[in-house]
Amino acid sequence: MTLLKVSNLSKKYAEKYAIKDISFELEQRKFFTLIGPSGAGKTTLLRLINLLEPPTSGEIEYNGWSLSILPKKKMVKARREMGFVFQRPVVFSATVNANVAYGLNFRNLPSDEIEKRVHRALDMVGLQGFEERKALTLSGGEIQRVALARTLATEPKMLLLDEATADLDPTNVALVENVLKKFNKEKSVTIIMATHNFFQAKRLGDIVGFVMGGEMIEMGTADQIFNHPQDERTEAFISGEMIY
Amino acid sequence: MAIGESLLEAFSAGELWQIMFLSLRVSGTATFLAACCGIPLGMILGLRVYVGRRMINNLVNTAMGLPPVVIGLFVFLLVSRTGPLGFLELLYTPTAMIVAQWVLATPIVTGITMAAVRSVQNKYRDTALSLGATETQLWITILKEARISILAGICVAFGQAISEVGAIMIVGGNIRFTTRAMTTAIVLQTRMGLFGMAIALGLILIVLAFLVNLIFTTLQEGTEVVR
Repeated sequence: MTLLKVSNLSKKYAEKYAIKDISFELEQRKFFTLIGPSGAGKTTLLRLINLLEPPTSGEIEYNGWSLSILPKKKMVKARREMGFVFQRPVVFSATVNANVAYGLNFRNLPSDEIEKRVHRALDMVGLQGFEERKALTLSGGEIQRVALARTLATEPKMLLLDEATADLDPTNVALVENVLKKFNKEKSVTIIMATHNFFQAKRLGDIVGFVMGGEMIEMGTADQIFNHPQDERTEAFISGEMIY
Repeated sequence: MAIGESLLEAFSAGELWQIMFLSLRVSGTATFLAACCGIPLGMILGLRVYVGRRMINNLVNTAMGLPPVVIGLFVFLLVSRTGPLGFLELLYTPTAMIVAQWVLATPIVTGITMAAVRSVQNKYRDTALSLGATETQLWITILKEARISILAGICVAFGQAISEVGAIMIVGGNIRFTTRAMTTAIVLQTRMGLFGMAIALGLILIVLAFLVNLIFTTLQEGTEVVR
């Protein structure tokens, strides 16, 4: 079943296209990794899908809803079904516990359920025992894991990750990747992950998309993209010939 | 020695307590009202996108530095017997003094709130929205994150209000037992050549301002996170 349909999506900032005419469909439970050089438009694409800004033109259809014509209330509902972990996450000036509970407080959940989910999410990212620590005193890697726990606790149907493991050491990258795989396979969460790391894109992605200059150059299975690329730009990028 | 004696004399006179209480009541009420208006106004002006945003910025920043005597004159013209609000008979009452200081303090709270919420919004907007916040929940989050700067703005506004003399002198008239505040009493003592008493009153005013700011600082520290 198609969960996300993006049609002819474009976003222009001051006469320059950040995203140009991108179209793709994504089925439920798929793990979609986006690769591409810096400034290719990966982050903009994720932000448009999460309704953080409107597209210049084109359509995004999520779960059968056309996101461009959704009223404000439905927009919030659609966002609450998604989760977004940013490349440079910020934490609120509160405890780790309060940070992870932040999104849950908007969902009218009973307090024991919130407590249970916070505890479980912190456990998953290896931050058990950090509950009462002030979030602003944590290291960059720990903040990234708090941000991930905060999003996972909301149990999204679709997870958007923008370089979510960039600040982590290899042990924690492995830990987070396992959590993501578990969420994807066992909890049927559809994931779109932008990453610079080819190996990670290959390891995790059912589908891989190569974005460059705001365009989706090529999209296919990890095997197709990494072993049999159809476009010479994809080939140049994954072989490391492309200097960026 | 003269100042010490004057301090003793000031405290032994019952009138001093009445003057101190009036100063605190007028400036405290004006600051409270300024916070009630300035925080929501600062949030709306700071967070909403509208035509003429830069012009509003300039106007608020200019209003933050309005001379108290000009404010006093403006309020005087409003509440004087022939003014549009003359029928309220507010001239030379503590209420007129509160109105004048409210006009002085509101732009300060508004301007500092505007700047504080804008910087916080840039940092937290996307995170809050992506976690499912509605617009109201986003604004509450921004208010919480900007609370330390907003409290600082209230501190500054109170400091300006309790230390100004021009506005309350014009609209209050420095009437004994009615509208005489700490600053207007200092002016009077100076004019009478009673410098010891004027300095003593000045010291008491500084201590008063210090004590009130100590409360604000304690509130700020209570909400601050150690980094």
